[in-house]
Amino acid sequence: MKIGIVTFPGSNCDHDVYHVVKHACGAPAEYVWHKDRLPAGLDAVILPGGFSYGDYLRCGALARFSPVMEDVVEFAKQGRPVLGICNGFQILCESGLLPGVLMRNASLKFICRDVTLRVEGGETPLTRGLAGQTLTMPVAHAEGNYFADAETLDRLEGEGSVLFRYVGGAPNGAARDIAGICGGPRRNVVGLMPHPERAAEAILGRDDGRRLFESLLS
Amino acid sequence: MTEKITPEVVAQHGLTQAEYDEVKRHLGREPNLTELGVFSVMWSEHCSYKSSRVHLKTFPTSGPRVLQGPGENAGVVDLGDGLAAAFKMESHNHPSYIEPYQGAATGVGGILRDVFTMGARPIASANSLRFGDPSHPKTAYLLEGVVAGIGGYGNCMGVPTVAGEVMFHPSYNGNCLVNAFTLGILPADKIFLGTAAGVGNPVMYIGAKTGRDGIHGATMASAEFDASTEEKRPTVQVGDPFMEKLLLEACLELFQTDAVVGIQDMGAAGFTSSSVEMAGRAGNGLDLFLDQVPLREEGMTPYEILLSESQERMLLVAAEGKEDVVRRICTKWDLDVAVVGRVTDTGRWRAHWQGKLVADLPVDPLTEGAPKYQRPMKPHPALPELHAFDLSTLPEPADLGATLLRLLARPTIASKEWVYQQYDHMVRLVGAVRPGGDAAVVRIATGDARHAKKAVAISVGANGRYCFLDPHLGAAHAVAECARNIACVGGEPIAITDCLNFGNPEKPEIMWQFAECVRGIGDACRALGTPVVSGNVSLYNETEGQGILPTPTIGMVGLVPDVERTCSSAFKNAGDVIALVGTLQGEVGGSEYLAAEHGREAGRPPALDLAREKAVQETVRRAVREGLLSSAHDCSDGGLAVALAECCMMQGVPAGAETTPWIGAAVRVPFPARKDFVLFGEDASRILVSMPKESAARFVALAQECGAPVIRLGAVGGDTLEIQGALSVPVAELAKAWRDGIPAVLRRDVGHAAASLVAREPQEPLS
Repeated sequence: MKIGIVTFPGSNCDHDVYHVVKHACGAPAEYVWHKDRLPAGLDAVILPGGFSYGDYLRCGALARFSPVMEDVVEFAKQGRPVLGICNGFQILCESGLLPGVLMRNASLKFICRDVTLRVEGGETPLTRGLAGQTLTMPVAHAEGNYFADAETLDRLEGEGSVLFRYVGGAPNGAARDIAGICGGPRRNVVGLMPHPERAAEAILGRDDGRRLFESLLS
Repeated sequence: MTEKITPEVVAQHGLTQAEYDEVKRHLGREPNLTELGVFSVMWSEHCSYKSSRVHLKTFPTSGPRVLQGPGENAGVVDLGDGLAAAFKMESHNHPSYIEPYQGAATGVGGILRDVFTMGARPIASANSLRFGDPSHPKTAYLLEGVVAGIGGYGNCMGVPTVAGEVMFHPSYNGNCLVNAFTLGILPADKIFLGTAAGVGNPVMYIGAKTGRDGIHGATMASAEFDASTEEKRPTVQVGDPFMEKLLLEACLELFQTDAVVGIQDMGAAGFTSSSVEMAGRAGNGLDLFLDQVPLREEGMTPYEILLSESQERMLLVAAEGKEDVVRRICTKWDLDVAVVGRVTDTGRWRAHWQGKLVADLPVDPLTEGAPKYQRPMKPHPALPELHAFDLSTLPEPADLGATLLRLLARPTIASKEWVYQQYDHMVRLVGAVRPGGDAAVVRIATGDARHAKKAVAISVGANGRYCFLDPHLGAAHAVAECARNIACVGGEPIAITDCLNFGNPEKPEIMWQFAECVRGIGDACRALGTPVVSGNVSLYNETEGQGILPTPTIGMVGLVPDVERTCSSAFKNAGDVIALVGTLQGEVGGSEYLAAEHGREAGRPPALDLAREKAVQETVRRAVREGLLSSAHDCSDGGLAVALAECCMMQGVPAGAETTPWIGAAVRVPFPARKDFVLFGEDASRILVSMPKESAARFVALAQECGAPVIRLGAVGGDTLEIQGALSVPVAELAKAWRDGIPAVLRRDVGHAAASLVAREPQEPLS
């Protein structure tokens, strides 16, 4: 199982995801520069968090035009796993791989803290055997306020595509407390605002996030 | 340049007539306007340290772990196994007061560049902030803007902000303080310096284009404020953290090549100071070609190009023939890059523009030859009366529980959650001990097995009130407290950086405060074995003649050899034994309690015995490393009662979790003095610990071995903080007061803003 981690200009969680995949989980990982094509032989692609293009214009709105995204869209359409974390989730929404949009937090402030998530919906490469469980991991974002029209939200819920919900209320104002969703032909595209890579080592006090990586790598 | 240099022009450039005569003596002629501008910034207090240099020389700056001491962009210490840490703290006070968001943001940007220019990847930032009275109309606006600015820049850079302190005092009403600290890691044998070595080597410019922003920022930072301060807003630079992120990654890639001879960021006084200082360190000259500088605006003059403080720019001296290596990497990261000069052996700094020589200055007078002043000093005249104040005349509070609640709600003491939740404090997977406690523990994950368990501990702090009442003792307290915080997490203090914030040094009592604080820092650092490796001086923190409290901020770095053997502040387990390492004497001189409850800032700060301090720290450090302790927390502002309350409330619990974020405690405190003095006094060298019963005997033996006094106080448990014979308050009530302290400051702003809208009061610009 080989993971490609895309570095956009302004990505800042690419090293963290690489560390967790490679050193904490012991799986092969490689960086993919945004101006390059996706290399052959990847089994999954991760769009990490950060501030691609400085969040200018709108979070993720410029990154979707990076050359590598053409391949990422194709990769996703083939039903292969694509995971977007935080800014990666925003890029997946901007590029049309997932529905909806991440708006400015209701508080208008950046928020960095641990949250509790409930895993819901149907199975995805990231959540095998985890439905119904609660996980703790941090959020760190200024634009995590998930929004879609009621019809889309109803459809997502109906399809079991709402994957993660904040327990005890969304910290950012997200519609229906949604923290993460899935899409793609085989429920293979997953986006979430919280950072599982920041809760993947016991030494940092939390390791619930590691279960998502283990699912992806299994 | 034909503009006539009149005495008015000289004064506008912040030079005295005597300094101007000195300029003419060095040149043997009158300078032109561009040259005057260069002297103005290089001889400004900010760049030349002309008032402070003679005192700073007395700092201890060497030690077995020091790889680079003061004088470079940042200090560097050895962490063992081939790893080193570069760190520094710098002030951005004046710009932050004028424009809080951009002022604070570019302060963070500047300190990050200072660190990565050494060849280090920044892995953690911290800050020390001071604001005015919480009820002052500008306080909430400044707090909100500064915190957002620090977060806005640091978060985008992907460098976690892991530690800090925020205090409020009326002396900062007209001058807030923003002191930003960054630490980076680098290979111990690959330190890059700001030197223009190698005659013939190209001087290259990389990063953002040069605009007209920030011209004369260094000169502004070297003057007092008055009613026209708002007009200085255009001298504050505007930050672009995205550009700096690209610059960071490009520089780190460049450091992997053999192209870089020397490198320095263009900070205060921009292109001028970076090029002059690099030439000065190498003993070389430079020829600069201003037509090659990438510009953002049309029609810029040489004066503007040289003095712009546009952000996110670096100047590097490349090895001759390696220009294309630099160009290739900069192009990859979409950065501007240009060859803008050559290193010469002339010892002269020359700027060419449109075929003309527009400045031709000898390098030495600009750097080493800058004026140095031994300014007159005298103790503050109010001190004898303040020291003589009879504390026994103070009324005793009737309800100690109510007093504790009010203290916890004081913004200086209250929870800073509102602040640090706006900072990304987890990126880079560093946080073994998270913000809110004593010192941050920053795990270093290099991927190299030798470093897998290494971490650094970071603590920042200052106490302006102590320093006002006794500058020598107050400054020593700041050093001792940082070291104590590091001991609480099991760290060994290595070295410090400092940010010395004072008023107008031309006033003898301010200069005395400065000199005494420097002496206090030096003495404490010698005693604790923590040399000063970098630092910054910020003077003229005055508005309309009112100076700030003397505020020497210390940033200390410690080494934690095993990140799995550390400790946090919160009580954790019911049944754990609570003990105090240290003594109970009830020293309230200069305390937060005295100021808050009695409106007095008087007496002498608590006595500090550095030998006992070391014994206390050694006890706790060893106990943490042996795994004996459940918690360790320094007793500081608000004394023992506040420390106990904090330990009950500090356990972080995720949003949506079902557990309560607190636990109670029942203690019995000996009262050798008045109860209020014992509970809220700030005796030095004390750490509050909790541990499983089984550890207690070993812990007491350890303290005896180290020579530290220990008092057993009681046990963790329940949901009330009970101090027998003094107070009993449910922890939920304590927590409510403590968590609401900062939000309450901000709610006042809503009131003020609404009032000013109704009154349409143009004199009171709020935002």
